[in-house]
Parts: sequence; structure tokens; C-alpha cells
Amino acid sequence: MTNIAAGVEGSNPLLNILIFAAFVVITLVIVFRASRNTKTASDYYAAGRAFTGPQNGIAISGDYLSAASFLGIAGAIAINGYDGFLYSIGFLVAWLVALLLVAELLRNTGKFTMGDVLAFRMKQRPVRAAAATSTLIVSFFYLLAQMAGAGGLVALLLGVEGGGAQALVIAVVGIIMIAYVLIGGMKGTTWVQIIKAALLIVGALVITLWVLGKYNFNFSSLLQAAVDKAGKAGETLLGPGKQYGATGTSKLDFFSLGIALVLGTAGLPHVLMRFYTVPTARDARRSVVWAIVLIGVFYLFTLVLGYGAGALVGPDVIKKAPGGVNSAAPLLALELGGPVLLGLISAVAFATILAVVAGLTITASASFAHDVYANVVKRGKTSPDSEVKVARITAVVIGALAIGGGILANGQNVAFLVALAFAVAASANLPTILYSLFWKRFNTQGALWSIYGGLAITIVLIVFSPAVSGKSTSMIKTVDFAWFPLSNPGLVSIPAAFFLGWLGTVLSKEHNAKKYAEMEVRSLTGAGAEKAVSH
Amino acid sequence: MSTTDTGGGPPDTSETIWERAHESTEFRELRSRLRQFVFPMTAVFLLWYLLYVLLADYAHGFMSTKVFGNINIGLIFGLLQFVSTFVITGLYVRYANRKLDPIAEKIREDIEGESAKEQA
Repeated sequence: MTNIAAGVEGSNPLLNILIFAAFVVITLVIVFRASRNTKTASDYYAAGRAFTGPQNGIAISGDYLSAASFLGIAGAIAINGYDGFLYSIGFLVAWLVALLLVAELLRNTGKFTMGDVLAFRMKQRPVRAAAATSTLIVSFFYLLAQMAGAGGLVALLLGVEGGGAQALVIAVVGIIMIAYVLIGGMKGTTWVQIIKAALLIVGALVITLWVLGKYNFNFSSLLQAAVDKAGKAGETLLGPGKQYGATGTSKLDFFSLGIALVLGTAGLPHVLMRFYTVPTARDARRSVVWAIVLIGVFYLFTLVLGYGAGALVGPDVIKKAPGGVNSAAPLLALELGGPVLLGLISAVAFATILAVVAGLTITASASFAHDVYANVVKRGKTSPDSEVKVARITAVVIGALAIGGGILANGQNVAFLVALAFAVAASANLPTILYSLFWKRFNTQGALWSIYGGLAITIVLIVFSPAVSGKSTSMIKTVDFAWFPLSNPGLVSIPAAFFLGWLGTVLSKEHNAKKYAEMEVRSLTGAGAEKAVSH
Repeated sequence: MSTTDTGGGPPDTSETIWERAHESTEFRELRSRLRQFVFPMTAVFLLWYLLYVLLADYAHGFMSTKVFGNINIGLIFGLLQFVSTFVITGLYVRYANRKLDPIAEKIREDIEGESAKEQA
């Protein structure tokens, strides 16, 4: 155990930084090249709608396989065994909601943001303001998770325990990310996602094969090794319940989490926005298919990575390492391939954070500039140029907020923060999107009640949950103002938001049959949809 | 061609291209084909997923039953979630290519042809 701890300290920080710097330089060059054609709003927000289905699919998996997936799930499996695996199943199955119900119809009816779809047949200004509010809040939660992950990673790689040094690195990550977004717009950001997804998946594949090779490609032997290494309670790693099985409340909490995961994906604004980067609905469908395959395969790798880290590094060592649970995958890389592989994997993990943060930032800035500035403040009377200018300024502001928030959230559990973002997305965004696409009667009041009601309920329940106060694992340990028993609010907030959407709708007489007919024809056929821009 | 960003405009009383298309038998057929597939399929995968989550949550003993080596029912069910996700994806793509795309394309061409005529 001591030699592994020494190994982390003995890992070569200079090497890690060099590999990471190489990634940044290469991607920045590509972003610069890609940015030469970024002229119009459509270029900046949607990369001219010129990406192919497979390219966008790889980019979606790049956006989706965040630090939480890679570091968080591998670590959760290493420590909690089967319960960690459950996260990845929810994250994957969720894509069927996007494939069957959302992706194509959204591509056909919108332009750049979720607000476009809602505004189609409702009162523009209030629904756009609501859509932008929830987009910004979901993006912010997700950003916090990524930046907090960056802090943990730095602790592991450079052995910096000091808050100041970690804060500095979080700031550097944030500044590079802002550069990607400002220079490259959606096209540059998409290329960063594609490169990062390829690196991440290949890296995970190599380690997976390496681990399996050590056990003669017998998965059962790998499980046995993980059980043996964990000591007395090792057998519990194989079945469910180690993390969530303790009490009735924790079981209910797990059920709540499961619902939030499966319904959250199709409401994540940065995922939704990716559907606008392809020329047709058919390409949107193809991109989801690619994303499902890549994401599914990747989660199968994380199963091996997690149990491999449990078997070869051991849960005790992982828990004690700087970075805690999130350090399982990097420690496994160190154990297998020494400092060079650790450097490579850590650079990939950094790249992951960078790319996901860039994707979130462009989404949030697009939503603010397109929905709030152009359509709410200026009432649609603005030029695309000034809209893009506002988007760029917003990107800088959001980047700065992410840096600040990341420094504050440093040390929080990454997978948990992402689960909260999913709960907000599933409550505030998904009901309105589904109602809007499929329910004829749906109207402005229903949308507003559902979005604001879903947001308010989710946030209130989170604030007064044991995740925020009262427990040794809470954000605030010293005071206890929790009265809601579950850490994840999905079980209550998602049905409540669906109900509010229904109630708000039936209590309002507003109904625009003409607009609905147009929207339904457009959404199903793609007639009149935004076309690709050719340069 | 107008853009999609026209929501909230003043309602006009004439029957639009969109309304005509909306009432056509072809469009009704397209809509019912889409809904006939996606709604039941969504119900199937959501119920299967919820069943799995509930089993993992409340039936630890059953899920921990070993089938061969260290591979237990929980792991097999988990991997079956991957399999069912891939299978449903494949089924939908096949269905959309055969049953949805041709009709959608025809309606789209009719509408875009008609609106070009109106503008001319």
C-alpha cells in the first residue's frame, strides 16, 4: 500500500503536464482552423449544421462521457461494486428517450435552443425566459461537477493538497475552455469533443484489454480478485445494495436516482443543442445511434476498469488517495503502465473536463444570447452579429462563474453533482419538451408552471435534503436543516412537474390550433426545417 | 422559405399549407405510424428498466444468486439492459427507414413545392 501511495507522489507531474499541454496545443490549432468559417449565428451556435451523423454522434458521446462517467463511475464500481454499475445503466437507457421521442422532432422544429421549440406555438417572451432560466441552471450544476472533478484530479496528479494551487489549476482549465468557445464556436467545440471522445474510448479500451489480459480474459476471475482484495466484506461488491441497500430511505433514494438518470438525459440542454449541428432529422437519428453504441461500449469498459481498480489497487488505497473515489481509474493506469500511462490517462481525463465544460458554456451562452437577449430583451429586433457578440461575452461570464464555483465546489463528489443536474433537467425540461412535441392542448401557462414549478421544487428539495446539510457527507456538515429525506429529488419533482404542466394547461384557455398543426407537420416531416450552411 | 422562428405571429384566417398537410390522409398515416411504434416501445423499455432498478433495490438475494462462476443474476440483468437498448435502437432505425422516412419525404416535398409556387 505504501509503495502505491509513493507511486502517486512519484508519478511525474512534469510528464503529466507535458502530455496535457500537447493535447491543448493540438486542439487549439484545430479550433483555430475550424473557426475560419465561423461567421453567422448559425455557424457559431450550430456549426453551420454541417456535421455528419457519425461525427455528431462521436461528439455527443464526448459531451456525455464526462469526468463523472469516467472517473466517477469507475471509482464507484471499485468501491461500491455493483451499485456503481447501476449509474451507467441509467445513463445509457436514457438515450432511448432521446432517440424515440426527442431528437428528430426537436431537430425539425427548432433552430438553436430548447426555447425555440417551446416558443413555436406559445407566447415567445415568457417561455423563452423560462427555458433560458432552466438551461442556465442545469448547465451551472453540470459545470460545477466538472470543475470540482478537475480539482480532485489535480490533487492526484500533482500531489497538490493546498487549496490555492488547486484553485490556480481550475482557473487555468477554465481559461483554456473559454478560449475554445470564443475562438471556435460550436464547430471548434465539436472538434474538441470528437478528439476527446476518440482518446477517451481508445484509452479505456486499452486499459480494459490490459486488465482482462491479466485474468486470462475471464471476467469471473477478475471479480474474484476484486472480492479477495476487498477483504472481509468483499463478497458484497458483486451484488446490489452495498451503497444504497442500508435502510428504507436509502433504497427509496436509489429509486429516485434511477428515475432522474433515465429521464434526465433528454432534457440536458447541451445534449439537445447538439441535435442542431446536423443537416437533417435523419442525421440527428444517426448521431443518436452512434452515441448509443459508443456510450454503451464505454460503460462496459468502465465495468472492467472499476472492478480492475478494485482488484489491482484495492478500495482502501483508492479511498485514501488524494482525490478519493475519483482517483480509481488514474491509479489503475499507474499500476498497469507506470507514470507514462498515468500521464496519458490523466491528460485524457483533463481533456474530458475541458471539452465538456466548453460544450456546456456554449450551450448556456447560446441560450442567454438567443433566447434572453435577442428575443426577450430586443424582441427579435437584433442582428445575428450582435447576438453572437452577446453570446461571446456571456461565454466569458459563464466561464468566470464556472471557475469561481469550481473552486468552491472542489472536493464534492462528482457523480453526485451530475445526478443533481440530471434531476433538474428531468423535472424542469423534459415535461415541457414532451408536452410541447406531443400534446395538442399544451400552452404557455402549462409550460411556465412546469418549468418554474419543476425548477423550484427540485431546488427546494435539494437545499433541504441530507445532501446539503446535516450528515458527514453533506456540503454543510455543521448545521442540520434537512427535512426532505432523499438526496435525489427526482421521485417527487419529476411527477410534480408533469402534473403542473397538465394543470397549468387545462386552467388556461389559450390554444393555437393553427400553430400546432404547423408545428406537428414540421416536426414529423422536416418541411421547412433549418438547412445546412454551405461555405 | 420562412424560418422556424415565427411563433406568436398574428393568426390569419386562411387555411395554410400546414393545415392542409395536417389534415391529409398521408400525414395522419405518418403520425399514427410514428406513435404506434414509439409510445409502446417507450413503455416497454421504461417498465423493463424500472423492474430492473426495483429488483436491484429490493431483491438483493435474488440478484446476488450466482449463475456461473462469479457471474450473478444482477450482472446478467444489467448486461441485458445494454442488449435491450441496442436492440430497440436497431429496431427503431429499421422501422424509421422503412415506414417513416418515405412518407415524411413525400409530404415534405409536396409542402416545399407548394410553398415555392405560392411565393412565385
